[in-house]
Amino acid sequence: MNNRNGSLALLAGESRRFARFLLSELKPKGKLLTPFNVIAACILCVAAVLLTIRFSQGLSSTTNLSQDFPWGIWIGFDVITGVAFAGGAYVVTFMVYVLRLEQYRPIVRITVLNGFLAYLFYAGALLFDLGRPWNVINPIIGNSFGVSSVMFLVAWHFLLYMITEFIEFSPAVAEWLGWKRVRKALASLTLGAVILGITLSTLHQSGLGALFLMAKTKIHPLWYSEFIPILFFVSSIFAGLSMVILEGSVSQRVFRSQITPHHRASHRGIVLGLARVCAGTMYVYFFLRVLVFIHGQQWTYIATPMGYWYLVEMVVFVLIPVRLYTQAVRFENIPLIRVASVLTLIGIVLNRLNVSVIAFKWYAPEHYIPSWMEIEITMAIIVAELIVLRWVVNRMPILRSLPERPVDGAAHAIESLKEQPQWTTST
Amino acid sequence: MNRRTFARTLGVAGASLLPLHHRRAVGEEHRKEFVGVLVDTTRCVGCRSCEFACAETHGFPEPNQDERVLDRERTPSVTQWSIVNRYSTAGGDVFAKKQCMHCNQPACASACLTKAMLKTEEGPVIWREGKCMGCRFCMVSCPFDIPKFEYDSPIPKIQKCTLCWDRLERGKIPACAEACPAEAITFGKRADLIKEAYRRISSQPDQYHQHVYGEHEAGGTGYLYLSAVPFEQLGFPQGIESTAYPELSKDYLYAVPIVLTLWPAFLLALSNATKKENEPTDHEMHHE
Repeated sequence: MNNRNGSLALLAGESRRFARFLLSELKPKGKLLTPFNVIAACILCVAAVLLTIRFSQGLSSTTNLSQDFPWGIWIGFDVITGVAFAGGAYVVTFMVYVLRLEQYRPIVRITVLNGFLAYLFYAGALLFDLGRPWNVINPIIGNSFGVSSVMFLVAWHFLLYMITEFIEFSPAVAEWLGWKRVRKALASLTLGAVILGITLSTLHQSGLGALFLMAKTKIHPLWYSEFIPILFFVSSIFAGLSMVILEGSVSQRVFRSQITPHHRASHRGIVLGLARVCAGTMYVYFFLRVLVFIHGQQWTYIATPMGYWYLVEMVVFVLIPVRLYTQAVRFENIPLIRVASVLTLIGIVLNRLNVSVIAFKWYAPEHYIPSWMEIEITMAIIVAELIVLRWVVNRMPILRSLPERPVDGAAHAIESLKEQPQWTTST
Repeated sequence: MNRRTFARTLGVAGASLLPLHHRRAVGEEHRKEFVGVLVDTTRCVGCRSCEFACAETHGFPEPNQDERVLDRERTPSVTQWSIVNRYSTAGGDVFAKKQCMHCNQPACASACLTKAMLKTEEGPVIWREGKCMGCRFCMVSCPFDIPKFEYDSPIPKIQKCTLCWDRLERGKIPACAEACPAEAITFGKRADLIKEAYRRISSQPDQYHQHVYGEHEAGGTGYLYLSAVPFEQLGFPQGIESTAYPELSKDYLYAVPIVLTLWPAFLLALSNATKKENEPTDHEMHHE
C-alpha cells in the first residue's frame, strides 16, 4: 500500500475503509427470496441436522455403509467423480499458459475457480466420511508418513493442488481488492503454479484409480485392470472439458450481466475447440478400454448382467457421445455439443461409480445402495459450492475484467465495484 | 529452459530412481523371523474355545453359546476378532477358524497413509488408535476383508485380530492357541510352522490335502492352514494369487517420481517453445 509517508491516522482510516469494503461485499447482492435460494437454504439446513447426527452417532446413523462396503457415494461420487469433473482446470491452464492458445484465455479464470471450489468442497466432503477426521492432519504433519500408500499420495496432491489453483486464481482476488503490486507478484507465480498443477493433476487423477489396484479380487474383471490409473487420467481430460463446456453454456445464461460482448463472441469458438479436444481424447480412451478388454480376454463376461451393464457404459456413454462430439464439431452444432457433454458426464459418473461402488463386490448378496441422507448431504455440498461460486463471480473479475485503476487502494475498489452490474437472475 | 537445467532435471530424475530399485530388493528380506499360527482343521472339533478365549482376553462381550450360530457362515466382527465356522465339505463337516491372516506384506498396512495399520517386525499386524483417520482404505484393500469398522460409534475404531500383540510382548502366546484343547492351533516361528505343516502332510498323506494355505497366498501369511479338503470348500476367498498385494500398486508408485521430475521439465520446455518473439523471458519478468 502507498502509506509510505507513515501517517498512522491514514493507515487506520484506510484499514477501516478496507474492513467496511469487505463487510459490504459479504452482503448478498440481488433478491434474497429466489426459488434457488429457498431450495438451497432448505437443503443446507437439513444437511446441517444430518451432519450433527452423523458426528454424534457415527456413520451408520446416516449412511448405508457396511463392513462389506466401506466406501459409498461420499467417496465414489463426491470425491472420485467430483475430482474428475474438476479436471478442466489443469487442461485449460495447459492450453493457455503452456501451449499459449490465447483464444481460451476468457475461460481460464472461471475454470480455475470452478476447479478450486470443486476440490475445496468435494475433497473437503471427505471429512464427513472419515471416521476419525481429527487425525486428518497426521499424514501432513509428518509424525507418521505412510509413503507406501496411494492414499498418502492422493492426500498430499489434493492439498498441494489446491494451493497451486489458489495461486493461479489469486490475481483475481488481488484485482478485486485493488492490490496492484500484490497482483503483479502473484501473477508472476502463475506459470510455475500451472506447471506444478498439471504435474500434480496427472498424478492424483491417476492416483484415484490406483486406489483400487489392491482391490483386485473385489472389482468385476470388466472394470479392474492394472491400467485403471491411465484410464482415470485420460478420462479426466474430457470429463473436465465436458464440464467446462456445460458450465460455460450455463454461465452464459446465469451470469449474463457479467459477460463482456467480446467474451460472448468468442464463446462459440471456444466450445468448438474444446469439443474437438474431447472427441480426440475420448477416441483414445475408447481405444484403450477396448485394448484392455481384448488383452484381458474378457469375452466370457459380456453375456452376463454385468456385461450388459458394461456395454451400456461403453456404447451409450462413451461411443455415442464421442460420435456426437465428432458430428457436432464437423457441423459446428453447439446444441449438439451440449448434448454430447451431458452424455459424457453421465458416462464418467457411471464409470467412477462402477469402479468404486457398483462393480465393487458385484457378487455380494446384499449390495450397498446409498441412503437418502447420503444423497441429501451430497446435494448440500453441491449447493454450498454453487453459492460460493456465485458470490465470487458476482464480486471478483472472473468473467469480466475490472477497469484499470490508477492508484492502489481499497477505496478505489469500492468505487469501481459500485459501477459493476448487480446480480439479477432469479435462478 | 536451457541445457543446464535440463541436464540437472534428468540427473534428479535418474537419482530418484536408483534408491527405489535398491529398496525393492532389500524390502523382500525380513530382518526378523515372523511369528505365526498353524491351524490344523483336521484336528479342530468346533468347540469354539478359541472364540471365547479371544473375547475374554480383549474385553469383548461373551460370544453366543448357542451352537446354532454355526449354521451360517460368519465373519469376524467389531466385537469378535476370531470366529469358528462349520463347512459342509466332500469330507464331511469341517471347522475352520477365521481371523486376520497377518500377511507378510499386508495390503492394509501398505494402504494406510498414517501407518496406523502396522506390520510389526515380529510379524503381527496391529492397528494404532492415535494415528488412524478412519478412511477405511485398509478395508477396501484387504483381500480377506478382515479390518472391521465401528460404524455405530462417533469415535470409531478399526477392529481386527492383533495376534495377541500385547500378550506376546508379555512373553505369552496368543489366547486362542493357549485355549485350544485339541492342539489344532499352534503358535511359533512361521518358518518352523511351515516345516511342521509339511511334516504332518508327509507323515499322513491320506489325511491331508497337499497344500499349506498361507505359505504363498497373498505373498505369504502369518496364519497357515492345513485341511483334508481343498481350501475353496472352507470359504477362503477366490482368486488370491501368490503376489503380495502391495506389489499391485507398486508399479504405479514407482512411476510417481518419474512423472514428478520429468513432467515439469517437459512442460517448461513446451512453454518456452511456444513463447512469442516479443514476450519477455521468465528472467526479465521476475526483475521487472
